Amino acid sequence: MTKKNMFGKLGTAAAVGLALAAFSGLQARAASELTVYTAVEAEDLKKYAAKFNEDHPDIKIKWVRDSTGIITAKLLAEKNNPKADIIWGLAATSLMLLGNEGMLEAYAPKGVDKLDKKFVDAANPPTWTGMDAWVAAICYNTVEGKANNVPAPASWKDLTKPVYKGHVIMPNPNSSGTGFLDVSSWLQLFGEKGGWEYMDGLHQNISRYTHSGSKPCKLAAAGETTIGVSFAFRGAKSKAKGAPLDIIIPTEGVGWDMEATAIVKGTKNLAAAKTLADWSISRKANEMYNAGYAVVAMPGVAKPVKFFPENTVSAMIDNNFAWAASNRKAILAEWQKRYDSKSEPKK
Amino acid sequence: MAVTTIGAGAVKPKVSGDERMMRVGIVVIGLFLLIGLLLPLYAMMSKSFQDSDGNFIGLANYAEYFSTPALFFSIYNSLTVSVLATVITISFAFVYAYALTRSCMPFKGVFRAIALIPILAPSLLPAISLVYFFGKQGIIKSWLFGESIYGPIGIVIGEVFWTFPHAMMILVTALSITDARLYEAAAALRTSKIRTFFTVTLPGAKYGVISAIFVVFTLVFTDFGVPKVIGGQYNVLSVDIYKQVIGQQNFEMGAVVSVVLLIPAVISFTIDRIVQRRQVALLSARAVPLEPKPNRTIDTSMLIVCGIIAFVIVSIIVMAGYASFVQFWPYNLNLVLSNYDFDVMDGGGWDSYTNSIQMAAWTAVIGTAFIFTGAYLVEKGQGFKKGRTVIHFLAILPLAVPGMVLGLSYIFFFNHPDNPFGFIYHTMAILVVVTIAHFYTVSHLTAVTALKQMDPEFEAVSASLKVPFYKTFWRVTVPVCMPSIINIAVYLFVNAMTTVSAVIFLYAPDTTLAAVAVLNMDDAGDIAPAAAMAMLIFATNAVLYSIYSLGTRGLQARTQAWRKR
Repeated sequence: MTKKNMFGKLGTAAAVGLALAAFSGLQARAASELTVYTAVEAEDLKKYAAKFNEDHPDIKIKWVRDSTGIITAKLLAEKNNPKADIIWGLAATSLMLLGNEGMLEAYAPKGVDKLDKKFVDAANPPTWTGMDAWVAAICYNTVEGKANNVPAPASWKDLTKPVYKGHVIMPNPNSSGTGFLDVSSWLQLFGEKGGWEYMDGLHQNISRYTHSGSKPCKLAAAGETTIGVSFAFRGAKSKAKGAPLDIIIPTEGVGWDMEATAIVKGTKNLAAAKTLADWSISRKANEMYNAGYAVVAMPGVAKPVKFFPENTVSAMIDNNFAWAASNRKAILAEWQKRYDSKSEPKK
Repeated sequence: MAVTTIGAGAVKPKVSGDERMMRVGIVVIGLFLLIGLLLPLYAMMSKSFQDSDGNFIGLANYAEYFSTPALFFSIYNSLTVSVLATVITISFAFVYAYALTRSCMPFKGVFRAIALIPILAPSLLPAISLVYFFGKQGIIKSWLFGESIYGPIGIVIGEVFWTFPHAMMILVTALSITDARLYEAAAALRTSKIRTFFTVTLPGAKYGVISAIFVVFTLVFTDFGVPKVIGGQYNVLSVDIYKQVIGQQNFEMGAVVSVVLLIPAVISFTIDRIVQRRQVALLSARAVPLEPKPNRTIDTSMLIVCGIIAFVIVSIIVMAGYASFVQFWPYNLNLVLSNYDFDVMDGGGWDSYTNSIQMAAWTAVIGTAFIFTGAYLVEKGQGFKKGRTVIHFLAILPLAVPGMVLGLSYIFFFNHPDNPFGFIYHTMAILVVVTIAHFYTVSHLTAVTALKQMDPEFEAVSASLKVPFYKTFWRVTVPVCMPSIINIAVYLFVNAMTTVSAVIFLYAPDTTLAAVAVLNMDDAGDIAPAAAMAMLIFATNAVLYSIYSLGTRGLQARTQAWRKR
């Protein structure tokens, strides 16, 4: 009886203690902890943080990662009550959009003059600084291509040919930054009217639109589709893992966007955020970006990246970022109206 | 309210102190259900009538919804897959349950265990497994005759797998409670076996079948995992909510879709409740349990049918397990562990697994204590009848609320700047709260059933001996009900591990969960790691469940010995 009683009391005490532990300490937060929003590939995040911590071990990075579109939407949704301290690795077009909303803190990181002008916001002081360029590409599975008798495409226009029907997967531009840069590059390459006509044709051949920009290439790598419209960096990574992929840079030229860094206005950790912003444009950081990206913000750093198509840099279109950023909303609405109802049954 | 309801005991004991404590307890439970269920739902519904700046705009959102074909077409799609999956699941589950209860088929224990497997896995798992069976690189792709698995076919197969155990358990119960005398009468009247089946068996199981139909229909209609992974471009309502909220941050439209999703769920729930109420009167005290007699033909054919169903269930799990070790499907089939290196994938890494364990443990411990106490107060409480009735109703309600809807409601309610409980937003606490609320009903009903079996004399005697009710509760009620309490804890743990829908909107960067990681990894195209994480969840639940099954035997022997003479 006494034994049972004691067990009971211990049990109660333990339960209460545990409950208290659960509800306290959940909000505990170190002073030098930065909440960093990013769209950088998940497999690189650990490395980025580790490299940064080599120089600044006192600042802990707390990543919030998602697709470009989602991180952008999340930042916009939190506009009145920002949760992020700094954004490290988000499409420059998205940052321009946030800048127009007055959400970014203008700051010229130390050594900003060493970067290529293209990679720095024109305003003084700049609201964002670029890291690297990420470039659209087609991932083509050679094994499936042979098996399905689907030849390798050479250009964007090729993808509208009937032979590709049901063999193409591309990202939904509403959620994926890669999807958006594709759409905006087609509109710039083929003109407003021609661009939408092109997409009407392409839509006939698309088997599905994905939520993330890397998924089409990963699906192509796994043979789930023959052709994935994605970006060169992803293709090179999958190819390095042994996927039977050809990374094709279409002849018309390819859309691209910068990954860039910006401090969120109103952050309580401004000093630490500035430290990270400074570091993000350092030579060391640029060398780190170069591990995956053939084009980086600091001239003279970039070395060729394995499996990256050689003609990548010359194929990059003269991208009008300001136009893309200011028309983003209208383009996405139009896209959704035209193509986001692939669910309707095929009669 | 001065009137005190007296239990079975005739004496009116002086228990005003007890009564006050019980009232406080009932109010606390009531507050939890108010804050964890009713107010969030209200916040969600009112959001569907607002624009993005919070101004009331009446039915404008609904008008927009019903004028966008891409959106309202999902209603039709959701209904189609739900009806198909329900018909198939119920047919299979009925045969299976019939074999388990009415035949002398061998290996019943094994078959029963296998049928429960799907409950231990997140609904994402069968969908991922189907990709390996029927995807472009699937091993038996040709079985689909050129049809794509990405779409209604995949959704229906995945849902049948996932809902099968739910239907089977209800039908086993329905087929177990029958009166052997009816069959004796039928035999005496020389009624043919087939006629007996249609005039005795089916009518007897009628309520169980109806209940199973509604449960399966609701599960499929509101499920998110299967259509998310394998639905392709075939839009259904639950995925629409996700796309609106996560993809486009269009919360108002998310709220509208939620209301659309809620309506059929509530209708089906209401019908099910009415049916359940009738079921009670079915079995009289003089009923004789039916002992199935061996019949070679029936037993052999049942064994074959159940064997096929069990084989399919096991294959789906085995396929996901196998795929999770394959280095690079389909080009390099070496078996490696690299897919379990979650730290280099989207979705939160190994942390998400430990977070899930933590969350599930908290849900099991706090949830069980809370729900069981609540059920005790409702069932054994004295006085405050109105309060107790309200609690009982509120406790049943979560069953009708889809997880996606509950999760979205929590955003609206807890992320509101003026909410004093806002501090739990983006913490582990809110995940625990939403999971307890989501799975409240079944746990509550299990507790009530166990408590109903206890003679009210216990309370009456203790009260007359002036033992405070909490002592009786702790020393008598809890030990006696221990098997049910552990059952509730296991149920909460398993579901907390596998749930995606309720938590998908609520996790924060440092509280990512394993099941959500499965979803995010699949979303990023990392299908093999998604399979790996899903298998990890399954394995964790399977280990727990085995310990539970073995352990309850011992516990049963120790704490339930009093039941025997």
